[in-house]
Amino acid sequence: MKLSKLLITAATAIGLTASAAAADEMRIALVVKALGIGFFEAAAKGAEEAASELGDVKIIYTGPTETTAEGQIEVINALIAQNVDAIAVSANDTDALVPTLKKAMQRGITVISWDSGVAPEGRSVHLNPSSNPLIGNMIIKLAADNMPDGGDVAVLSATTTSTNQNIWIDEMKKVMPDYPGINLVTTVYGDDLADKSYREATGLLQTYPDLKAIIAPTSVGIVAAAQAVADAGKIGQVNVTGLGLPSEMAGAVESGASESFAIWNPIDLGYSAAMIAYHLAKGDAEATAGAEIPMGRMGALTLDDNLEGAMADPFVYDKSNIEEFKSIF
Amino acid sequence: MIPLRLTREVLLAFALLVLLALVATRFPGFVAPSNLAAVFNDTSALIILALGQFIVILTRCIDLSVAANLALTGMVCALLNTVAPDLPIVVTLALALALGATLGAVNGFFVWKLDIPPIVVTLGTMVIFRGIIFLISDGQWVNAHEMSARFTAFPRYEMLGIPMLSWCAVLVIALVYLMVTRTSLGRSFFAVGGNPHAAVYTGIDVGRTQFLAFVISGTLAGLAGYLWVARYAVAYVDIAGGFELDVVAACVIGGAAISGGAGSVVGIVLGALFLGVIKNALPVVDISPFWQLAISGSAIIIAVALNARSGRAKGRIILRKAEHAHEPV
Repeated sequence: MKLSKLLITAATAIGLTASAAAADEMRIALVVKALGIGFFEAAAKGAEEAASELGDVKIIYTGPTETTAEGQIEVINALIAQNVDAIAVSANDTDALVPTLKKAMQRGITVISWDSGVAPEGRSVHLNPSSNPLIGNMIIKLAADNMPDGGDVAVLSATTTSTNQNIWIDEMKKVMPDYPGINLVTTVYGDDLADKSYREATGLLQTYPDLKAIIAPTSVGIVAAAQAVADAGKIGQVNVTGLGLPSEMAGAVESGASESFAIWNPIDLGYSAAMIAYHLAKGDAEATAGAEIPMGRMGALTLDDNLEGAMADPFVYDKSNIEEFKSIF
Repeated sequence: MIPLRLTREVLLAFALLVLLALVATRFPGFVAPSNLAAVFNDTSALIILALGQFIVILTRCIDLSVAANLALTGMVCALLNTVAPDLPIVVTLALALALGATLGAVNGFFVWKLDIPPIVVTLGTMVIFRGIIFLISDGQWVNAHEMSARFTAFPRYEMLGIPMLSWCAVLVIALVYLMVTRTSLGRSFFAVGGNPHAAVYTGIDVGRTQFLAFVISGTLAGLAGYLWVARYAVAYVDIAGGFELDVVAACVIGGAAISGGAGSVVGIVLGALFLGVIKNALPVVDISPFWQLAISGSAIIIAVALNARSGRAKGRIILRKAEHAHEPV
């Protein structure tokens, strides 16, 4: 009996190294979009950190080899067969995973989603890396922090119809009064094309000679704007900031075109996901609207009516930590 | 024939001047010589690609894969640079030209030997090239800090106060002009597009000529690929996405007849500059981004309408005696 169970486990699990002694340990599966992606490897590192902090937890880091919902369903079925205690998934598809995850929950497995969510009926809690108001505040704060005397800033967005960017810019405008002396002159759109973004940034530099900062809440735009500022010889005069990936922005931070920028920290995200899964599976926190779930060093997650919550402010990357993160994601 | 062409180009040059004057009323700095040089520099890639496209269009074909060819060659150059950062730029350039030519030859081969309509062939290779970029890059970006300083410096290197990127465009203009007007190959492009049947009787191999046109277009796209990636210091799957439409638009504005056999190098360069001025002016004249696309589109339609009007005086009979020549004697 025991032997056959072990065989099934070995045959179906991906990346599992469970031992027979794991009976009293809590086993939390961190299911990612695909294995081999730096961002998720970093998240796994964070989850391991949470595990060693909690003591009696074992993290099973797993996922398909390609970013498909089918692959994730296979992996999750294998985890159900192993009867893990909790599954924390970053989903490749909002709806496709729901039936499988429902099955998991019926078997008493705690299911949460993080980073990329699952529809509410397929999970108990969803952990967002950040929230729109926090992002909106962060991008203007990053610009303001490097402008002690105030001055003009401009926004370089993606397309006029990009939902995320428009929401973030609106949230940013709401908190503008908190940053006196900072004056938003215009919003331009680079359509997430390197050449158009570059041209728009060059246009900003020409139209507003006193511009102090360009805020680009899009990864293509921020890189192109940094290049445009460098090519115009305005490093030191105009600071490029916003949302970007460390691997893509390392050159701009090195050249000084960008003092700092922000994006979620995958290590913190994996850490928080593991913490939430642990507390829910243990039963010392409940997934109800308005509930607070402890996340160790990251504070607590407050759930809204959709049982979603935001982890923290976007994480700031600058000269001090870019070297460490540029190889991660 | 000659006076007609002259008026078309004079008309276009006049339209360009009016456009510049209009922009100057809203942003005087735009017509400063240094800025005009910058606009030319920014339009260089478009000019290079448009001249390649022009030759293809001359032969009654169309090459929709130019932007994808540019992106693939650029990505290969960037990846090569990450593994061999000390490779001399001359070698990189030679490789870019050779790879571009090869990709162009693929298009040409299908059109020549398999007789597949060019729009179908290049629509297919466009997607295939983008797919190959994804395969070789694994969907990852090649970023500024991963490229060597020499690699990104070449297009910016100034000779006589003008960047190398602009010099490349000038060189291409000169070479294509000489080829089209002074060589038998150049004349055969006109012959093949103007009247393929007559071209066959004069001993021109239509398929082979079309093949060569695709090779030239591909070579120029390859050159632009390296220049593009080095200039924006970033390479990813979607660079220059949709740029093939700009290239075709520049040709059409410049007076190239889609039905083949008509157009001039001067016209194409003016057409590309016309688009380049619009692209560079829109960010600085403070027009709502929602209007920008509509304005770009209207400019294209107006230009084409003017072209169509001036092209209507066609249908002349060159040799009255030959009118019934094809009838059996």
